[in-house]
This record gives sequence, structure tokens and C-alpha cells, in this order.
Amino acid sequence: MNEHKLRGLIDQVKTGRSTRRSFIDKMVSLGLTAPMASMMLMHYGVAQAQPAPVYKPTKRGGGGVLKVLWWQGATLLQPHFAAGTKDQEGSRIFYEPLAIWDSEGNLIPILAAEIPSRANGGLSADGKTVTWKLKRGVTWHDGQPFTADDCVFTWEFARDPATAAVTMGIYKDVTVTKVDSHTIRVAFAKPTPFWATAFVAAEGMVIPKHAFAAYTGEKSREAPANLKPVGTGPYKFVDFKPGDMVRGEMYPNYHMPNRPYFDAIEMKGGGDAVSAARAVLQTGEFDYAWNLQVEDDVLKRLEEGGKGRVYIVPSGDIEFIQLNPTDPWNEVEGERASIKSKHFALSDPAVREAMSLVIDRKSIQDNIYGRTGIATSNFLNNPPKYRSSNTKFEVNLDKANQLLEGAGWKKGSDGVREKGGRKLKFVFQTSVNSLRQKEQAVVKQGCQRVGIDLELKSVVASVFFSTDVANPDTYPKFWCDMQMYTTTMTQPDPERFMDQYLGKEISSKANKWQGRNISRWSSKEYDELFASAEGELDPAKRAALFIRMNDMPIKDNAIIPLISRPRVRGASVKLVTQLSGWDLDFAFLQNWYREA
Amino acid sequence: MGPFILRRLLISLPSVMGISVVLFTVLALAPGDPFAEMALNPNIPAEVREAMRVRLGLDDPIWQRYLRWLWAMVHGDWGFSFISRVNVDLLILQRVPVTLVVIGASQLLAMCIALPVGIYAAVRPYSWFDRLASTVAFIGFSLPTFFTGMLLILLFSIKLDWLPFVYKADISETGWAWWREHLRQSIMPVAVLGLFQGASWMRYVRSAVLDVIRLDYVTTARSKGLAERMVITKHVVRNALIPVVTLVALQVPAIFGGAIVTEQIFRIPGIGSLLIDAILRNDTPVIMAVTFVFSCLVIAFNLIADLVYGWLDPRISYQ
Repeated sequence: MNEHKLRGLIDQVKTGRSTRRSFIDKMVSLGLTAPMASMMLMHYGVAQAQPAPVYKPTKRGGGGVLKVLWWQGATLLQPHFAAGTKDQEGSRIFYEPLAIWDSEGNLIPILAAEIPSRANGGLSADGKTVTWKLKRGVTWHDGQPFTADDCVFTWEFARDPATAAVTMGIYKDVTVTKVDSHTIRVAFAKPTPFWATAFVAAEGMVIPKHAFAAYTGEKSREAPANLKPVGTGPYKFVDFKPGDMVRGEMYPNYHMPNRPYFDAIEMKGGGDAVSAARAVLQTGEFDYAWNLQVEDDVLKRLEEGGKGRVYIVPSGDIEFIQLNPTDPWNEVEGERASIKSKHFALSDPAVREAMSLVIDRKSIQDNIYGRTGIATSNFLNNPPKYRSSNTKFEVNLDKANQLLEGAGWKKGSDGVREKGGRKLKFVFQTSVNSLRQKEQAVVKQGCQRVGIDLELKSVVASVFFSTDVANPDTYPKFWCDMQMYTTTMTQPDPERFMDQYLGKEISSKANKWQGRNISRWSSKEYDELFASAEGELDPAKRAALFIRMNDMPIKDNAIIPLISRPRVRGASVKLVTQLSGWDLDFAFLQNWYREA
Repeated sequence: MGPFILRRLLISLPSVMGISVVLFTVLALAPGDPFAEMALNPNIPAEVREAMRVRLGLDDPIWQRYLRWLWAMVHGDWGFSFISRVNVDLLILQRVPVTLVVIGASQLLAMCIALPVGIYAAVRPYSWFDRLASTVAFIGFSLPTFFTGMLLILLFSIKLDWLPFVYKADISETGWAWWREHLRQSIMPVAVLGLFQGASWMRYVRSAVLDVIRLDYVTTARSKGLAERMVITKHVVRNALIPVVTLVALQVPAIFGGAIVTEQIFRIPGIGSLLIDAILRNDTPVIMAVTFVFSCLVIAFNLIADLVYGWLDPRISYQ
């Protein structure tokens, strides 16, 4: 699809000849994320669909206790210190951002009065400033009014290196100024097409100036409000035990009418995913459970009790295999897997293509993941029905054999192919995880059929997913022929996801293996496309760029996407939730209620 | 007595230091780092992670970090958790009540089972009661707690739906309902731990009583015409209990340490689960503090056990 055609489509939506939804579906099938497609429409002044809220309760409270189970308990309640989503979720009960993402990728205002757009003057023409109008009449749990000062303070707090906030990356490159008591302006150094980062979703929670002003920088750890949050959210703080329990009670002055429905909330942590699934689906002891990383067969069996059901929420996370283009076994200039070296076999495009032809993704989905994973040929992924048509996957052993023969890899007496004395024997590593070991077995079986021998290696997750410079088995080092893991897409925009193939991001000794490009595949063309996408204000052009980028490493078989992994959650059959794959589970907490 | 305690305390100082050095080095050499979770989050740039490492002093040489830790510890500063940024002593104190209640209750249950059953079995060795008790005891301490825990959950929570299997330290109910809820949720974990401990203690009590009951003075007491009941309670059990009391005293640190596996199964927020969470997240200050407290307790209770020995048996002197 070219730029011209895209503009035509947008015009159709504008004039009402086509629906918003069908436009977003089309964009998503091109490999764009739903939020991005939605932002394209916003840019052209097409109003955002306001999904009709299906909130039924007619008064505040009266719903009893909402009991939720997080098998990794929240360890802190300061959103800007949150080490993982569990902490962000715990904080999100009390704190709120200006806007959140719904499941279709629309921005929904929470503390903002409206979503900035070109039409309402919130977005500047040069793409450098965003003006947020804040909701009036919002109060913090201690009764103080919520104003622009709190937003400006949040920015100052998070950007200070001495604070060591994990959200620093988002706030350090923007400038936030107060326009009036309920208006702020976020300015970017350069034109920024995806502006909904600061004050939006998980990293955007606003903290009260009056509670934290005395505790910035070095002293930030001492703030009493780190353990006793004061927010604007639907529930106010009661009690917190790190790693175990977060309790809140209804905030009677919450800024949305008739909300929240529950009188109190209890977020219990600890244990394991299987027993969490059991407590929600089978015994009904709890109303909601987070991240049920459990085999689908088990989930189905637990669901039979009829007390709860499993919710599959589409998201951008992807399980994929990386083929190492460098030599991971020998040091070149004092570094293994140096970008200056070449892999004896995997640098051969024929071998890479053959690998991609022998991996049976369909059977990985059917036999291992069930409902909790969807076989895919895309890196940039979306809900299954919207899958991109630019790439495809197939299992074709004949073609793979022909490719390998053609490239000069002949079968030896032991059935393993070789060329010039080097055998096609690879070490394939991943983290210890029952699902992953089964996937490894499927891959190994496929490779064996065409004369490629794999040695399977599994590394404990706490080592594999660490950045420990001293450990040889971490995934950023990639001292192995191939590896498999899931990369998460936390931001509903591909910019921070597609940077994983940039030349400057290549993980190496020089950057202490902290670069985002772990696959070590790079291309000049890709870098150029990315650079122009970064500054491209025209959403249609930008979209076209990301679509081309998505296809490049896949067509080159540098990576083999396997499974798009939606979020798996469990909830009581009576609980009405609103879940989004682009935001926290608690993004819509104020709308949760229980049906009679 | 005074000089003995002082001497023992002085001797234990180097061992406490030695333990802390070993713990610190092992933890520093162990793979993984506390920011693993952040490494997976693309929204946190590498520079931010690096800045945090520097802020927390993770890149300094081990000896520097150890000295810094030791100096702070001497001043009563236990440091703070890398993960929750909460002071470690606060984290531990929060977990102490639950640990004491659950583990303490289970040890009490174990005593209540082990003493009567063990004594009765020893008084009538090789009777049907003794055989039955021994068989049950063998089964009891052969089955790991995670297995019996699962069995109880399957039976009482899932099949019968009588008891909850998620432990909640703070229950919103008040009055009698509060007590009932606490009792209901404690039954399974206390039973699992108590029966396991009780089984092994029962064997211990039985053999201790058997040792004593064959001695001449017991025969003398019987030939004096004392009632059998009197002979057992006054003469046999009292002497047999000396080693048992020591055993129990040495078990006390374990009460503080919690029961890692059982706490994980029932989601009890005790010290054991704090430790396991800290280990999984490479939260060094917490691991260090918990294990250090634990080793100090072991040393302290060793000393107490020695003192109790002298009090129970005047023949042991500390000159």
C-alpha cells in the first residue's frame, strides 16, 4: 500500500464513507499497531471513537471487596520506581495518568479533560509541542486539588538523575511547562510523531507535588508517600506489605460519577501461576488473576468448574528465534560474537532460509500454546485476524533440502550436512521454561529432517534475562548459534520496538552488551528508514516506513518469528473488566464491577 | 556463669564476621542482577539502568561493598532493598508476626503430638501402638511438605471446599469472624508443618525415653513400689527430656527462618517467602540481612542450649 492509497483511505474515513474500525483493521493488517493507526486518524483531524461505556452500576460503592491475585506481588507503590509491571499495577490502584490506551489503541482521557489533537489545538503543526488540558475538580486522596503544578513536578521528579527513576528515559528529553492552573505544555526537542509518552499509561502516572516536593533527588527514597501513596485514583490507600498485600478502599470523592463500584480492593501477591489460576477459575476464592502463564490444557480443565474464565488479550509480545550472523565461539579482537566476525554457516542466506522452512510453527501453536499463543510470520504483531499479509510461513522440507544442496552443504555419513569440513551443528539456547523446552524439541526435530543437528541448551531465566556483564549465558551476549525468547512491546508504537535492528544498537562489548539489537542483524537501508520514520510527522509516510522495516529482517531470515503471545488473564464469571493489551491491567480499574 | 557467657560471646564474634564475609562473597559471585526485570523493559534505556547501578554502588569492588555494608550494619543501618527501596529491617519486621504465629503454632502442634505419643510408644515398645505410631511417623517425615500441602489443598479446598488455600495476613473482618478466618486459613499450613516436625520429634522422644527407662534407677523406683505413672512422669520423662529440650532450642532459629516451601504453597507472607522472593530477584541486601539474622540466631541459640544444659543437669559445669 502506498502513501497515495493511504491518504485516500483516510479521506474515506473523514467523509464517513468508511468506518474508523475498518481503517484501523486495514492498517493493522499492514503490520501497524492499532494505536498507531488511531494516531494517524487523529493527525488528520478524525475524531476518536468514544467507545460507549458499558458501566451499569448507578451508585458509588456497595460492591464489596474486589480480590485480585498477582503471583508476583507488588514490591513498591511509587510508579516512577516501579521495577516491573507488578509494581506499576500496584501503584495504578492509587495513581492515574492523564490518559490511557484502550484495547483498540485509542487514547482515553483520565486526568486530562480531552485528548490533544490538531483539531482542538492540542498538537502543534511542527510536531514539537503537545498541550494537555487537565480535568478540573479532581482532588488528591488527602483533599488537595490536582493542578498543572503536579504534572510539572512529576516531570521534574522523574527526570532528575539523582532520583534514579525508571521512567527517566521518557521525561529526560522533554520539557514541561505550566500554561495555566489546568493546562500544561510538553515540548520535544525535535518533531515527535508519537507524542503520547509522557503522562500517558503506565509511565505517565502523576504524583502529588505536596507529598513529594520535600523528597526529590537523593532523598527520594525517604518519602513517606513511597509506602503510603496519595493519588487521585478510584481507591485510596489502606495498607501495604511489600511482596504480599496491597489494600485500598473506595475514594468517596473520585472524579468519575458512580465509580468505583467496589468498597475495597485487595491485591494479594506471591505463589505461582498455576495455583493462582486455580484460586480464580476453580475455587473462586479470588475475582481476578494476572498473567496465567500456564499450559492451556490446564487452564481449560480449571475452567470447567464454571467459577471463572480465561481472558485472552491481544498484545504485541512475540516469541522468536534469532540466528547469529557472527561467530559466537571464537574471539575476534577480544570479543566473542563480535560484529566484525562471520558465522561459518548462518551467514549463508540459504542456510537461514532452510531453517525458517523446517520450523513447524503451526504445531508449536497447536500442541504447546493452544489459545495462549498464535503462530505468526511477523515480528511486529497484532491480533491474529489482522495479521500482515506481506510475510508468510510454511513448512517445506523439500525446498529446504534443495536450498542446502544448492549451497553446497552435503550430507555426511552421519546424516548431518557439511561443507569444507564444517558440519551444520548449532547450539540453540533459551531460558528454562517448560513451554520453551517443548518448542526447542519441535525446532530440533524439524532441523534433523534436513540434516541440521541442534544441541539444545537451556539457561535459568534469572541468568538468561540478566544484564550481568560477567556471565557468558545472558541473552544480550548471544554467545550461541541461535536463541529464542519473547520480546515485549510495552509501548503501543513501533518506534521503541523496531529499534531492535538498528546498527547503532548492536549489543557488544563496547556498550557492555546493553544495546537493543541482540540479533546483530543490521542494514544501512534499515537504519535510514528508521531515521526518517523517527522524524516523519506525516503518519501515512511513517506507517509505510515501519511496514517496510518489519519485513526486512524477516525476508532476510535473520530472525524467525514463532508465536505472537497475547496476555492471559483469569477472572470470575461475574466480574466485568475492561482489559487492554496496550496498557496495564488496572488501566480501566474504575470501570470494573460485578454483575448480580 | 557470667565469664562463661562473655567468653562465648567473644568467641562467636569472629564466627559472625566469618559468616558475613562468606555470605557476602557468595552473593556477589552469584549470577544475575537486581535489574534483570528492567533489562527486559525497552522503556528503560541502558543509561538509566547504568545510572542506577552506580547509585546503588553495584559496580564497586566486592571488598569496598563489604566494608560499606559492615560499617552501616555496625551503625544499625541494615540497608534497603534494591527492588522495593524499603529499609530491610522494616521488611523483615513486617514478616515476623505471621512467621511466629504460623511456624510457632506448628511447632507447638508438633510438641503436643510428639511428647505423648513418643512416651507412650517407648513405655510399651513393640506393642501394636508403638508399631502403628512408628509407621505413621515414618510416612510423616518421608513425605515432603510440598507434597502433603498439595494433597491437603486438593482435598480440603478443591474437593470439599472447606478451607481457603491463600493465606491473608490482614483480614478485614473483626471480632469472632476475624478469629474464625485466621483459624480456617491456618489449619492446613500448621497441620502440614506440625505433622512433619511432630513425626521426627516423636521418634526422637521415643528413643530418648527408651534409653532412660532401662536404667537401674528406674527399676529401683519401681521396686520401691511407686505407681507406674509416678515413675514415668517424675523419673523417666524428666531425665529423657534433657536432650529433647536441647533439640527444640536449636529448632527455634528455624521458626524465625520460616518454612520456605510451605509458605510458597499457601502464600504465607513469612520470612521464608521474603527470602525466596529476594533470591529470585537478586535483591542482595535482603538476602544478606535475612541469612545473616538467621546465622546469628543459630549461634545465639547454640549458646542458650548450652546454658540450658547446665541448668537441667547440674553435673555439667562451666568452669
